Amino acid sequence: MAMTLTAPARPWAHPWVRFGVRRLRRLLVSLWILVTASFAMIHLIPGDPVRGALGTTAPADLVEARRHALGLDDPILVQYFHYLKGLVTGDLGSSLASQLPVSGVVAQRLPATLSLAVLAFLASVALAIPLGVVTGVLTRRGHGRRTELAFTTTSIIIATIPDFLIGVALVYVFGIELGWLPVAGDDTAASYVLPVFSLAIGPAAILARIVRVEMVGVLEADFVRTARAKRLPARTIYVGHALPNAVTAALTVGGLLLSALVAGTVLVENVFAWPGLGSTIVRSILTKDYPVVQAIVLVYGVGVLITNLVVDVALALLDPRSKIRED
Amino acid sequence: MQGRWRRVVRTPLGLTATVLVVAVVALAVLAPVLWGSGADDVDTDAILAQPSAEHWAGTDNLGRDILLRVLVASRLSILLALLAIVIAVVAGLLLGSAPFVLGRRFGRLVAAGVNTAVAFPGLLLALFFAVVFGVGATGAVLAIGLAGAPGFARLTQTLVAGVAARDYVAAARTMGIGRFRILVRHVLPNIGEPLVVNATIGAGNALLSFAGLSFLGLGVQSPSYDWGRLLYDGIGTIYVNAAAALAPGAAVLLAGLAFNLFGESVAKGLGVPVGIGMRAVMATRAGSPSGPEPTGHDEEAEDRPSDVVLDVRDLEVTVAGPSGPVRPVRGVSFDVRRGEAVGIVGESGSGKSLTALAVTRLLADHARVDAARLEFLGNDLLAPDTPVRRRMLGTTLAMVFQDPMTAFNPTRRIGAQLAEVATHHQGMGRREALARAVDRLASVRIPDADARVRQYPHEFSGGMRQRAMIGMGLMGTPALIVADEPTTALDVTVQQQVLDLLAAIRAADDVALVLISHDVTVVGEVCDRTLVMYAGRIVEDLPAAALATGARHPYTRALVDAVPDMTTDLAKPLATIPGRPVDPADVPSGCAYADRCPLADDRCRAEDPPLAAEPGGSPRHRVACWHAGEPLPARPALDELVESP
Repeated sequence: MAMTLTAPARPWAHPWVRFGVRRLRRLLVSLWILVTASFAMIHLIPGDPVRGALGTTAPADLVEARRHALGLDDPILVQYFHYLKGLVTGDLGSSLASQLPVSGVVAQRLPATLSLAVLAFLASVALAIPLGVVTGVLTRRGHGRRTELAFTTTSIIIATIPDFLIGVALVYVFGIELGWLPVAGDDTAASYVLPVFSLAIGPAAILARIVRVEMVGVLEADFVRTARAKRLPARTIYVGHALPNAVTAALTVGGLLLSALVAGTVLVENVFAWPGLGSTIVRSILTKDYPVVQAIVLVYGVGVLITNLVVDVALALLDPRSKIRED
Repeated sequence: MQGRWRRVVRTPLGLTATVLVVAVVALAVLAPVLWGSGADDVDTDAILAQPSAEHWAGTDNLGRDILLRVLVASRLSILLALLAIVIAVVAGLLLGSAPFVLGRRFGRLVAAGVNTAVAFPGLLLALFFAVVFGVGATGAVLAIGLAGAPGFARLTQTLVAGVAARDYVAAARTMGIGRFRILVRHVLPNIGEPLVVNATIGAGNALLSFAGLSFLGLGVQSPSYDWGRLLYDGIGTIYVNAAAALAPGAAVLLAGLAFNLFGESVAKGLGVPVGIGMRAVMATRAGSPSGPEPTGHDEEAEDRPSDVVLDVRDLEVTVAGPSGPVRPVRGVSFDVRRGEAVGIVGESGSGKSLTALAVTRLLADHARVDAARLEFLGNDLLAPDTPVRRRMLGTTLAMVFQDPMTAFNPTRRIGAQLAEVATHHQGMGRREALARAVDRLASVRIPDADARVRQYPHEFSGGMRQRAMIGMGLMGTPALIVADEPTTALDVTVQQQVLDLLAAIRAADDVALVLISHDVTVVGEVCDRTLVMYAGRIVEDLPAAALATGARHPYTRALVDAVPDMTTDLAKPLATIPGRPVDPADVPSGCAYADRCPLADDRCRAEDPPLAAEPGGSPRHRVACWHAGEPLPARPALDELVESP
């Protein structure tokens, strides 16, 4: 420590190192808050959670035994320590309902949710960037006032529709009326289409809007004039020069969208009877299977933190200045 | 105030949203009174019926009318959403104003907590709180309210910080008024409006989130029902009666959108009006030339010397202004020969930069360029753009812009930005192009060029960037470099380096140079010939050597006189040109300089003098003045100037 204070240690001055240290510190703080919150959850529930889970008719000695098994009799700090230790060793406790280890439940359910979220994110980006770039070019300064108004209004409305309502509408149109696509489960590749689009359409509308606004701004920038002075083809100017600068701002918001998308899987999974974490957590909340709920909340939270980290790193790669910026 | 609110309903979207919100609220008040009992009527003869004349949206598994239930559910749905948003705003206000009331240390802790919570999506927070508060309507209201709190806390923090910096808050503080009192008396009233607007938008979101929780079975429980609960029941029977799911879905969507859009419209209407002016009325047509037809290659073509690099005749630039078209460049004619350095000087607004951008066809396409002739190396630049012409221009016409800090793409390495000229226009491979970039950077005296190509623009100093920009122009084999105020944004010491570099390149490769500057001395030092522009026209075209003593136009002479030199008496005020530059939207008839000119007479105010060589003078010295070269009256002393009417 004294070393870094007295001597101007060279490696610390490197922007990537400083960025990494700063970002890691933030991740650890958020992680600690998340873990503590998920630990606290079961203790914040008014009354006795075990009594609640087993019902008022359960014999007192069974409740006692279960309380003991969960370690709820120990002093709170001891419980906290056990909880942290369990997390480090991968032990998430066992389900109150099935007695199975929670880590097994999570491991079994996670892939379905993860593939849904990742595909939905890719789909929303794949929809949003071309749409945003094209409308941006069409509505650049002095062009397409009507296009701009139509696009902005439509995208605001689409972005407001919650994903589960889009899901219901898609089920009705493509599952029931047209009968083209399966509406439940994840058995075939075709089963992915409707859930993925339910999740992707809203974020795609928001992202496309941001990309458009950024494109319009970037197309006015001096360096775009420089690119035109080099007489590059229009496509190179738009995609090679303008887009990377437009996308950095879109990514910042995209990170928030992406983490909202992670949470959005909960609702969409319930529309499509998707065998993932989302349908599991809802069932567990209803049956008061708290260890499972605790673990899944933790998994979602970690998913959000990882998402934000990935976005920040991607931002630093795309825009070399952003890693210098303090936050 | 009224006018601002009227703005909200004046847009079609705002009006629609306002009508919808009023309708939804009216429905919430009236529906349970009107149809409350009808919605609970059990009809065992029509269980899970399809839509019919009797039941427009069919019936549920007890034979109750879905449409009536959807209408009646509006009250509970909206009530719960409003309760949730009140909780969110109150909790957000408490958390968000905590840093202001509690002081730095504890406040920072709260702020850090809020910032962490904001990073998590609302639905996740709502699930967390739903577990804590238990399944049911009460739990769901608390869950959605508290899940919305971090967002409002963040908003409050920002708003409070903005108001807290204002003078009257500082004044209240110096008077020793307590922080809490300041918050209530001075800060909160000033952030009320944005909070209420955001709460309206938030109410729409709360409504949709609540439907989500009820849809999961975590919200309202039977026998109560809100839209989400109806949707939850309806989706189970969607194959039997799709309307049972679609009707509540449509209702919640419509109501949610209504609040959302109403809030957005109010926010827009109450905020600062979006800037109109140039942008709104900007001509939308592309900048294709449509002005005077080229006059053809008749008598003039013969005496045109073949070493002309750039030939401009009657150039005009027109942009749309708030009240009709504005013409900042009004008929400019000049040529540039091989290896010649031509300076264009004038005050800002004289049209010199627009001229440079117009002749290089880089003007944004909302401005119209007309000319009798615009030729570069014999190619007609008024003709439509083609790949062949792009290649020709890309390798033979180089540009240097004013601000080197913004002229490079911040997200790409310097080397890549230079190399793409070669890959696009000269058919070079990536490695070969990069090697040329290194070579060109070295030629503009950038040290460690092979390392520097891998750096980003922000790692270069301003002077280095400007040299790199010149180096970029040298990737091809330029016949002309157009430099638009290339030294204005640079330090004085660096300015000279850049000027020396331009001069050296011109001397070594016989490259023509057009140097745009507001600085007469810079132009006099570097150029062979000087074009003096005033109000969109060239008023004098003279050899640079003649600038100091041989200028004939009163404006040129005033420009030269305004430059301080070693003999200037620094005790006196520096010389200036009295009056203001002409507004391009309102150019007077006659000579545009007449209002500021000590020699102006009635003819000057009526007739615009043409740019022509004086009889008996050098043919290379043209001037547009009725009184060219006449002696100027002695400058009036300052106090006289003030007193004169």
